[in-house]
Amino acid sequence: MTQKDARNKTWRSLDELAGTAEFQRFLEAEFPEPASGGTDPVSRRDLLKVMGASLTLAGMTACRTPAEKIVPYVRAPEDLVPGKPLFFATAMPMGGFAKGLLVESHLGRPTKVEGNPEHPASLGATDVFGQASVLTLYDPDRSQVVTRVGRLSSWMTFLAALNVAREEQHLKKGAGLRLLTGTVTSPTLAEQIRSLLAEFSSAKWHQFEPVSRDHARAGAHVAFGQDVNTIYRFDQAQVILDLEADFLGWGPANLRYVRDFTAGRRVGQGPVAMNRLYVVESCPSITGSMADHRLGLRAGEVESFARKVAQRLGVQDASPGSPGPHDQFAEAVARDLAQHRGASLVVAGDQQPPVVHALAHAINHTLGAEGRTVIHTDPVEAMPVDQMQSLRELVGDMQAGRVDLLVIVGGNPVFTAPRDLAFAEQLSKVKLRVHLGLYEDETSALCHWHIPEAHFLESWSDARAFDGTVTILQPLIAPLYGGRSAHELLAALAGKASLSGHDIVRDYWEKHGRWKIFEESWQVALHDGLVAGTRLPPKRVALRAGFLKESLPAQKPGRGLEIAFRPDPTIWDGSFANNGWLQEMPKPLTKLTWDNAALVSPATAQRLGLHNEAVVELRYRGASVRAPVWIMPGHADDSVTVQLGYGRTRAGRVGTGAGFNAYLLRTADEPWFSAGLEIRRTGDRYSLVSTQHHFSMESRNLIRAGTLGEFQKNPRFAQQVEESPPPGLTLYPGHPQEGYAWGMAIDLNACIGCGACVLACQAENNIPVVGKREAGRGRSMHWIRVDRYYEGPPEDPAIFHQPVPCMHCENAPCEVVCPVGATVHGSEGLNEMIYNRCVGTRYCSNNCPYKVRRFNFFEFADWTTPSLKAQRNPNVTVRSRGVMEKCTYCVQRINAAKIEAEKEDRKVRDGEIVTACQAVCPAQAIVFGDLSDPNSRLARLKADPRNYALLAGLNTRPRTTYLARLRNPNPEIRG
Amino acid sequence: MAETERDPRTIELREPPVLAPGHSFASVTDKIGGIVLSRRTPRAWMAGFAVSFLLVMILQVAIAYLLARGVGIWGIGIPVGWGFAIVNFVWWIGIGHAGTLISAILLLMHQEWRTSINRFAEAMTLFAVACAGMFPLLHLGRPWYFYWLFPYPSTMGVWPQFRSPLVWDVFAVSTYATVSFMFWFVGLIPDLASLRDQARHWFPRGIYGMLAMGWRGSAIHWRRYEDAYRLLAGIATPLVVSVHSVVSLDFAVAILPGWHSTIFPPYFVAGAIYSGFAMVLTLAIPLRAVYHLEDFITPRHLQNMAKVLLATGLIVAYGYFMEALMAWYSGNRYEQFMMVNRVLGPYAWVFWAVMATNVLAVQACWSRRVRSSVPALFAVAMLVNVGMWLERFMIIVVGLHRDFLPSSWGMYYPTIWDWATLFGSIGLFLFLMILFVRLLPAISIFELRQLVAKPEYARSKT
Repeated sequence: MTQKDARNKTWRSLDELAGTAEFQRFLEAEFPEPASGGTDPVSRRDLLKVMGASLTLAGMTACRTPAEKIVPYVRAPEDLVPGKPLFFATAMPMGGFAKGLLVESHLGRPTKVEGNPEHPASLGATDVFGQASVLTLYDPDRSQVVTRVGRLSSWMTFLAALNVAREEQHLKKGAGLRLLTGTVTSPTLAEQIRSLLAEFSSAKWHQFEPVSRDHARAGAHVAFGQDVNTIYRFDQAQVILDLEADFLGWGPANLRYVRDFTAGRRVGQGPVAMNRLYVVESCPSITGSMADHRLGLRAGEVESFARKVAQRLGVQDASPGSPGPHDQFAEAVARDLAQHRGASLVVAGDQQPPVVHALAHAINHTLGAEGRTVIHTDPVEAMPVDQMQSLRELVGDMQAGRVDLLVIVGGNPVFTAPRDLAFAEQLSKVKLRVHLGLYEDETSALCHWHIPEAHFLESWSDARAFDGTVTILQPLIAPLYGGRSAHELLAALAGKASLSGHDIVRDYWEKHGRWKIFEESWQVALHDGLVAGTRLPPKRVALRAGFLKESLPAQKPGRGLEIAFRPDPTIWDGSFANNGWLQEMPKPLTKLTWDNAALVSPATAQRLGLHNEAVVELRYRGASVRAPVWIMPGHADDSVTVQLGYGRTRAGRVGTGAGFNAYLLRTADEPWFSAGLEIRRTGDRYSLVSTQHHFSMESRNLIRAGTLGEFQKNPRFAQQVEESPPPGLTLYPGHPQEGYAWGMAIDLNACIGCGACVLACQAENNIPVVGKREAGRGRSMHWIRVDRYYEGPPEDPAIFHQPVPCMHCENAPCEVVCPVGATVHGSEGLNEMIYNRCVGTRYCSNNCPYKVRRFNFFEFADWTTPSLKAQRNPNVTVRSRGVMEKCTYCVQRINAAKIEAEKEDRKVRDGEIVTACQAVCPAQAIVFGDLSDPNSRLARLKADPRNYALLAGLNTRPRTTYLARLRNPNPEIRG
Repeated sequence: MAETERDPRTIELREPPVLAPGHSFASVTDKIGGIVLSRRTPRAWMAGFAVSFLLVMILQVAIAYLLARGVGIWGIGIPVGWGFAIVNFVWWIGIGHAGTLISAILLLMHQEWRTSINRFAEAMTLFAVACAGMFPLLHLGRPWYFYWLFPYPSTMGVWPQFRSPLVWDVFAVSTYATVSFMFWFVGLIPDLASLRDQARHWFPRGIYGMLAMGWRGSAIHWRRYEDAYRLLAGIATPLVVSVHSVVSLDFAVAILPGWHSTIFPPYFVAGAIYSGFAMVLTLAIPLRAVYHLEDFITPRHLQNMAKVLLATGLIVAYGYFMEALMAWYSGNRYEQFMMVNRVLGPYAWVFWAVMATNVLAVQACWSRRVRSSVPALFAVAMLVNVGMWLERFMIIVVGLHRDFLPSSWGMYYPTIWDWATLFGSIGLFLFLMILFVRLLPAISIFELRQLVAKPEYARSKT
């Protein structure tokens, strides 16, 4: 009401009187702001203020102020010494399968993940996903609150809604209830689902993983007539044939397989023997890069190759078909396999059709591999099903309107389901849709309820490894965002919402553990990170006779271009899309970051007139996607590989919009590859960022490689290609050497190039993420990188990996040029970087021949996001803008060990200090140690005839050296 | 005066005179002093001022943004850690060489023709060094700690790391800047006194009076002045050689192929004089046109400078040739690759542009017609300016972008901020130059009067 109004009218209430000038003055004097604001029309400024305030307050609901206690612990937690980390055993479930972890915790904050040496799927190593999981835990983009149709809600409101739906379902025995999970190996979760299905007898449980193992399961079913889990013993194998199985790169047992495989290639003192690996694959993988012979075949041609090998090994009904160009290769491989009967094996990839798996089983049977190099057990999954069929059934039910309540436990099926199933479309026909997930993603956008999921580092659970070993997952921290685990959601679904995850898991093991003294065994299981005696026993399975003939006629590979789908090596099926570490990690072979691409062979690119970064339209079965091309040396011709997981639309601030969505091309009947792809050039260009542009070594002897035969003839072949100047050839006096002399040796014969070291280093040393644009300007901050070189013809190159950390040169070129002495030589041989002293001239980097120095061109480290602060390693400085940084040999770990040793008045023991890159390495390719101790493992490696220094001719005298790569080619095969 | 011995007309036939005939003490003083004391400002000056002021503003924005965000706004990365900033630094330092060379070395060698150009060449030196000095500070990751490069008594007891050529740079450049300034200022004192005496308005009289430091022109003043000036010339002479030698060590000390080369010090000094003379020509030609100073900056000056240009250009060409020869002769695969990459690699256009500008273009100066053609000389000088900048780009960026491990090879793409800083620094240089021309005598008045006093230049008053 304005003042004018008040004068013209008689007033009826005191409120109206407020319009008088006198009263107005009084009011303004008394309550200056609201009074004027309340009577005047809302000004733009005020509106913005109120909006800002309400935004802030809305944000407050998501804040979880940690309880701050300023009193000391009355009863300190066991072993807790402030400043010293504790390690807890747990496991990371991926695709349902567990890989054991030991998680470093600083005063209740998990900061770093290590492998659990006791765990069969880890043996102390982790993969990139394990390393990066700790960043996902602290991801500020994770969903933080229960939402109902996009609006904020609460767990209690959800429970009320769920109970209504439950009651409804009770009436019809759950006929409208559907549960969609990923692969379940968790005994507790399986038990919960079973009892739920008992309660709702007509309800159904569906499982779907975008990167499924359906074909392996189906193949085993064909060969043996039952579901069988197959475990390979690569350490026992001398000859291995890999049929597009990237067994070193992915799968539930890949870390174990890397260890076993490289164990068979170690060449030390004593008798020299190495296994021999044949790889047949369409798109080069890290396994292919380790092959002694690699054959690039389209995915659809692998079957006929397998049949040829099978036929030559005497597998009945192999029906090898007409002779082809690779018969000689198949012949030689078959002969080699046969010659090593009992010590050879064939492994087929999960994306190969069931028949290839069945053929592999048949070949392994004829090779007498069963029980020796190949072990069969019962399936690890709680309920092995054909997941694609399972999803198809669910979609069918949704379409028919038979689904009233769909509970999606984890996963992101709207994004990952095959296009032709139209999952998203049919989902809208479900009356009540509930999604449990780490992120508010594509699926939660189409669900009524979204429940924030507790990360595996926040929740109690259990999971089985590839061999059945159970790990009880224990939380390292209370859920940061009030997330719920799958167990808690299922308990709620069963009407037992009051149960906590801990109680559920513990109850299960109390009931089913068959432990004599529960508490003790429980503690032991938690401590060890595995439940003793849960490994599945080997099982003898008989091959069904004549199975090849009856059920699986030989398929002809289709005509035209082939499209092959692969999970992405860093963001997997898309579930890690919002993880900056994984996005920025260069993919092992393409070295691309932040994007996927359509990978083609050089010859195909030439034939189609394509070049790197050219945008093409991929047309396949009526769908089309625009994708940039990346030429991949060694790729099979007439085939295009696309990696899944990119093109997310609701991933979060990091992952949204990166790459293109290859799921849009994927169909349910041919989820892995098929012919019939068309490529159309668009003339556009899309910038891809690769951290390495040059593939050739320019004959510079950077990676020295020889065959086993050459090595036997001349063990010092690697040292003779380049002369290193005599010691002491320098103007400056040598550095005084006191006590320890730290050094490192990297065995190129073991390194598979997986890049886990890159991420381990990133997690350990608080290395920031810089983003695609900065990475494109050569500003990636990784302290260790894995260089990849090709040698030989581009259609079939030899592929080499070389991890390059700081060399810690004894004559370090960086040290002499720093004007302020910010990089200096330590008495133990470390090339030390003093961040506080650095003014940022970058001269050291210019003068570093290895280019291992990294510069903070901007303020790359995130100094503001609170959750990310909790992730940081408190023992490593967070660098600010304008300073140089580089590998320190994990000096914080060195000093921790030295302090321990000094307390006990002894020297640091060999192997006591393990750098982050060394710890994570599944191949144990990296060894750190003390050179001054002649008995150390490192000193022995340095005395190895294969040991050589990179760019030795420059007289930098690096402390990091390499052991030459060896190959073990079959003399029968040329090239 | 005997007609047969010194006929100005015969001199003119052989070579243009150092000073146009017909000048007296008064005409020299009026002409040069008038430029400064006049209230009228030529339009060309105003235009130049406007353009250069705009560029200075751009520089300010570029620097402010740089300080706010960090050196990441430039195109540098790993492996190319030094980009435009260091290219500009070396280029400006090189330009700053001609002034001292003209003033000091030519003074000691009694080259009288230097008189007309030494003052503004010295000013050019000073401003070029100022522009150059800006870059090593700005290119630091943390520029606010630049003083850590000085050996000051730090409470932490830390000193600079004296093995680093960057520390040598600090000393070389700061010494050079100081000595150049003193030399320039001392040389200005008699002229400042002339201006003080000429000025009618109290304000310029006061300012010039203060700057003249009580110069009265007494014999003892002149005596002391001569001693000091020659002494400073003696001090400045080795600096001409030392500064760019030290700058070249920034590269020669490194182990990078294309940097690690013993020929660098002389080759850099020659290059510096080359670019310095090119810049003097670039400035002198418009200056004499705008202020009608053709009498004082005669074709003789231009021709002499063209000859110096040609001589230093040949030394530079020899340097290029030796670099290539040594790369081949060393048998070192990295050196050889560096040379091949320079000539044929992704930055080959830089190499060929350098060859065209620094080696080929200057050959035109063999021709007397080119030497006596003002536009042709201006064109050659401009080409050399560009060429010398490109040469530093070739050494720094092309050297860095492909070194030892092919895995870490990369490219350098300058950003808009790189360009803004480059053109901004050119703007700053021109801005200071333009102010200098307006506020101080651009040509040494008293030294020209000394020339007038000499019999061969004097002309009986008609």
